[in-house]
Amino acid sequence: MIAELGLAALWLAAALAALQLLGGILALRGGTESDIAGLTRPAAILQGGLVALSFGALLWVFAITDLSVKLVATNSHTMKPLIFKISGAWGNHEGSMLLWVTVMALAGALIAGIERRLPERTMQATLAAQGFVALGFYAFLLLSSNPFERLPQPATEGMGLNPLLQDIGLALHPPTLYFGYVGLSVAFSFAVGALLTRQVTPDFARAMRPWILGAWVFLTLGITAGSYWAYYELGWGGYWFWDPVENASLMPWLAATALLHSASVLASRDALRVWTIMLGVVAFSMSMLGTFLVRSGILTSVHAFAVDPERGSFILFLLAIYIGGALLLFALRAGAINEGERFSVASREGALVVNNVMLSAILAVVLLGTLYPLLTEAFDVRVSVGPPYFNPVGAIFAFPMLAVMAVGPLLRWRKDGFGRISKEIALVAAFLLAGIVLLGLLFGLAILPLLGLSFAIALAVASFLPLRGRKLRRVPIETWGMVVAHFGLAISLFGMASESAFTEEHLAALEEGGATSVGPWQVRLEAVEPVAGPNWTAIAGRMAVSYEGGEPQTIAPQSRNFWAPPQQTTESVLVTRWNGQLYAVMGADNRGGRYQLRLWWKPFVTFIWYGGLIIALGGILAIIGRVRGDLKRRIVRRKVAERRAEAEALA
Amino acid sequence: MRALFAFLMALVALPLAAQNDIPPAPYAYRQLDDPAQEAAAQDLMETLRCLKCQSQSIADSDASMAGDMRHQVRIRIAAGEEPEDIRRWLMDRYGDYVSYEPVMSATTWPLFAIPVLLALIAALLFWRRFRRRA
Repeated sequence: MIAELGLAALWLAAALAALQLLGGILALRGGTESDIAGLTRPAAILQGGLVALSFGALLWVFAITDLSVKLVATNSHTMKPLIFKISGAWGNHEGSMLLWVTVMALAGALIAGIERRLPERTMQATLAAQGFVALGFYAFLLLSSNPFERLPQPATEGMGLNPLLQDIGLALHPPTLYFGYVGLSVAFSFAVGALLTRQVTPDFARAMRPWILGAWVFLTLGITAGSYWAYYELGWGGYWFWDPVENASLMPWLAATALLHSASVLASRDALRVWTIMLGVVAFSMSMLGTFLVRSGILTSVHAFAVDPERGSFILFLLAIYIGGALLLFALRAGAINEGERFSVASREGALVVNNVMLSAILAVVLLGTLYPLLTEAFDVRVSVGPPYFNPVGAIFAFPMLAVMAVGPLLRWRKDGFGRISKEIALVAAFLLAGIVLLGLLFGLAILPLLGLSFAIALAVASFLPLRGRKLRRVPIETWGMVVAHFGLAISLFGMASESAFTEEHLAALEEGGATSVGPWQVRLEAVEPVAGPNWTAIAGRMAVSYEGGEPQTIAPQSRNFWAPPQQTTESVLVTRWNGQLYAVMGADNRGGRYQLRLWWKPFVTFIWYGGLIIALGGILAIIGRVRGDLKRRIVRRKVAERRAEAEALA
Repeated sequence: MRALFAFLMALVALPLAAQNDIPPAPYAYRQLDDPAQEAAAQDLMETLRCLKCQSQSIADSDASMAGDMRHQVRIRIAAGEEPEDIRRWLMDRYGDYVSYEPVMSATTWPLFAIPVLLALIAALLFWRRFRRRA
């Protein structure tokens, strides 16, 4: 019953999305006064409610493990903890697509409910675009991946969830990325709406900005969490593999970062109009492409748990319609939109243009490196594109961008001279050069880690320069957001460069009681013990580890054997200090009483993820600042209107 | 029923057990004594693809084939072979696919041409954008 209710709500929501599309189109052609055009906003709001109901129904059937529903029977089990029963609702293809439309419809309901700044025609066009995108996903769900399908015979027991996915991090990781993708879909709808009505204004950028910021925060968190998961779970201490699935989340982030900065220019200075629209289209294309790469099964990895070519072609079809359509519209309309205000090269806009072009270039490199092997594989030529390609080629564009990022925020809008900030430039350059010379002489590092560390130090200093000479309590929250986010990037860069420059590795074969060392750590293997879990057995190596001869700590990394499905995993143990992590792995192999240990000392590796969190915090501060500003402006506007009404009444 | 299930599971697990019975090659999990040689081996291993994995180098994989390849790399480095010769030897056996090191060839030139083109386009954009003011 609940499942049927969910399905019915989903069909109704799809019908409302069609109504939303129709209402928007009619409003565009016949004016915003027609009867049906008045239905667009209510349709969007009601649709949000219905999809939420539908998703609630799915959560319910998973929570009570209704085994007559096919999706539950194939992805759940009565004996699972409740939290994993519920997260199982989106730990599969159908459920995750329903989550996607749910978030998207709720976002649509929100803009239909509260966004009143833009001209009504633009809003109608935006909602029509939103309805059009949503309709494609409804069709996909209802026609080819119905999450509420019943079994003719209820199953006696469910088949369970992949043990790798029974992890709290992975329960939250996909929704986080989806929130990001959906935020970009809203930005895309705004861009299409503005393009259709030729109203590319600062107001449009302000309406779009919280959505971009929100998407960007979620993408940042999703990437950071995914990277840490790979680091501790895969057991070899790597945190980024340039795997196509990782790239699928990085590309929307790069596009969103560029879009964020160009929307700022548009909002404050009414410049870069065409470029902002273009980035809006690109950012959403990248999220669609990410969904396609992960969902279609075109790649085979742990992420591609929905390997099904039919679905892949459906998503590819949607991708072609949305992106092709948007690009066509862009090509037709871009000429009609004015470039906007002009500015000189030495201005904040100028610096942001450099940032935008460089980010786009990095995005293009990642896109090329990700798709090129897939393309050649179609012609039976197998090419490997990996870190030795991405790192240096990306760096060619990244380091100039970081240099501009250090001084750009100090420049004034429109027209400025580098002479005015020559002291600050000299300070940053001094830190950079000192870093390169000192670190180069002391450690003799390779070029990329050396540049990475020096730029990180210079950038960390530079990120606080915009606060110089200002009363800290009067600095707007969004400026704090920028400072914090830029500082976070410096921290993260420092962690990456340090990991690559200073990691020490030691592979040891030890008997029980044997001792070894890695970097500043002494490690003694005290005992090897068998351990059993609910669906695995393991050997655990109990080790006493001490940092520079200090108080020893006991750790026990495991080598686990799962039997259903048969799979061997390592449970590494991380010992975190402020200046780095000890990474200990127990190997399964045992010859003549000697056990294989893998030990790493990774100085400052944690900065990579702390940096990611700080970046996200900066984004959150920016959202708070912007939304607060918008609310204030709204109150002022209302007061002005009230006064005018009073004055008219008096007259 | 439960006993049958356990038996079936045990059957499924057999290939894994069999795989574990073959001990890994000696230098799969053992570093070379000479730190300079080990560093050279490490640098090479990080640019060789684990053919059984998804986007991992042989330097960070538990697959037995990656272990065998690490063994090969280490003993050849220890015997004084040049890293590039070892790479070529592996590429002759497993194809170009095994190497992550980007090499310009008939099949990979777009990987290099396109970034250069991008840099040119970026330069052109800047030039067009700011030329009037200069």
